[in-house]
Amino acid sequence: MNFEWLGRQFDNIVFLLGWHVLLAVAPLILGLLIALPLGWWAHRSRRIYPLLVGVAGLLYTVPSLALFVLLPLVLGTKILDPLNIVAALTIYTVALLVRVVADALDSVPEDTVQAAKAMGYRGYQSLVKVELPVGVPVISAGLRVAAVSNVSLVSVAALLGIPQLGSLFTQGFQLRFLTPIIAGILLCVILALILDGLIILLNRWMTPWTPKVVAS
Amino acid sequence: MIKFENVTKAYPDGTVAVDGLNLEAPTGKLTILVGPSGCGKTTSLRMINRLIEPTSGTIYLDDKPTSGMDAALLRLRIGYVIQHAGLFPHRTIVDNVATMPVLLGESRQGARKKALELMERVGLPASFAKRYPWQLSGGQQQRVGVARALASDPAFMLMDEPFSAVDPVVRAQLQDEFLRLQREIGKTIIMVTHDIDEALKLGDQVAVMRVGGKLAQMATPSELLTAPADEFVADFVGRDRGYRSLGFANAAGTVTLTEEACVTLGTSAVEAQSKATGAWVLVVDGNRKPLGWAQPDLINGELKREHLNLSGTSASSSGTMRQLLDAALSSPSRRGVVVDSNGELIGTVTASDVVKAIEAEPHLETAR
Repeated sequence: MNFEWLGRQFDNIVFLLGWHVLLAVAPLILGLLIALPLGWWAHRSRRIYPLLVGVAGLLYTVPSLALFVLLPLVLGTKILDPLNIVAALTIYTVALLVRVVADALDSVPEDTVQAAKAMGYRGYQSLVKVELPVGVPVISAGLRVAAVSNVSLVSVAALLGIPQLGSLFTQGFQLRFLTPIIAGILLCVILALILDGLIILLNRWMTPWTPKVVAS
Repeated sequence: MIKFENVTKAYPDGTVAVDGLNLEAPTGKLTILVGPSGCGKTTSLRMINRLIEPTSGTIYLDDKPTSGMDAALLRLRIGYVIQHAGLFPHRTIVDNVATMPVLLGESRQGARKKALELMERVGLPASFAKRYPWQLSGGQQQRVGVARALASDPAFMLMDEPFSAVDPVVRAQLQDEFLRLQREIGKTIIMVTHDIDEALKLGDQVAVMRVGGKLAQMATPSELLTAPADEFVADFVGRDRGYRSLGFANAAGTVTLTEEACVTLGTSAVEAQSKATGAWVLVVDGNRKPLGWAQPDLINGELKREHLNLSGTSASSSGTMRQLLDAALSSPSRRGVVVDSNGELIGTVTASDVVKAIEAEPHLETAR
């Protein structure tokens, strides 16, 4: 480890970290917003469920580098535009979360849904006030997977020259110099842990009602 | 009043769940739908608040057909209690109970105040208000379910097997409390159960349904026991219906009581022996409340609590023939203990006393 180099590069590393956070978190939020209605649709219709979940699974198998290269053709963006990364990772997030949202809504006890209807909740009221809140633990579990996956996928964008922590890897390879590579890996891991922790905290804050289980 | 007029529910695959049902649940009364599984009782119940839409026929709520009403608004007028309570797991108990008032536009604060009153009414301590459903036992959750259904003070209540998911002891307790509550509030209630004993215990009137969704008989509990309409009803009501119908026969004034000498704890065996009729003597406490029976010739020295035989039940003088007969049959001395409304001893009866009274009055007056 060359700490002197790290000190000199500090501003640049912070700059790369900032981009990394943005490129990982923005798709997470966008993806969740898109997955909510799609997941609800899959939950509502037994015929749509296998179709949506199947397509989502297929999307996830498209290699990320291929998607980064293909998307400019579809979106009409420049190849170096960070929007491509946001779009690609949004697709992956949606692919992960459609099933998660559908399963979260499925996890709400039938008695609870029926009671909500019988109490006079209209369909959308029941969804917003009862079903989604009760599904939060399942959704957060899926969100944690998507967050960590996004943090690692963003670094692939280094091959296209879009600035983020992955740039430290390419830099290290070109200079045959280990320090930036180790720094990049460490920061990615720490970032993933922090995002994961934030989602856990958010979940805990939103679900004070879940049984406090003793760790087994 | 809730009225079914020729209501049929048929599914596309040809199954008929409810077939031409005509039924009237009078205002302020508890009407019970009972029958074996597959008789369409739950389907019938759910058609009232339109969780299920009838294929044909009309259901009236106070003479207005429900089919023309907005389903959500209709449901806000009807309390609904289901088997496993179906509480909202993400809301505290007080907010669960406040659900319908909030939906009806009441302020959260006002709704919570009302909810706290209702919790007290169904026997839930105020300390439960801030708890979540998973922290309550099944019986407590069911009380919350009842409070939630009552919170908007609806004129109508629908109850789908409300007491069947709890153990027998809690069930009996919930049933008794619910009967007491219904006497105060007088809602128009339709309750579904598969348990004929529950139906006979709780119902003002009982509708027995048969598989295929047809009404077999609609009658008061004692009529069902004494005059079942056909073999199906007779069979469904059960084998020991002769004995159980005594549970609806008023005992007051029909049976002559025999005076019973009694002793208290601490009496010497010799004195107890002198008071005994046959081998047994009745032991009471200082307020003449019966404690149990003892056999003085088996005791040395003083009469103590451990000498008591506790198998006998005691009947209230204003109770039913069934209680009197049971008191006599369960007593080791074969003399059934009869007490007044304060629980104080007034005398005893034998089984033959009770049977004589039954034979003397072929048409026993019903207790309700």
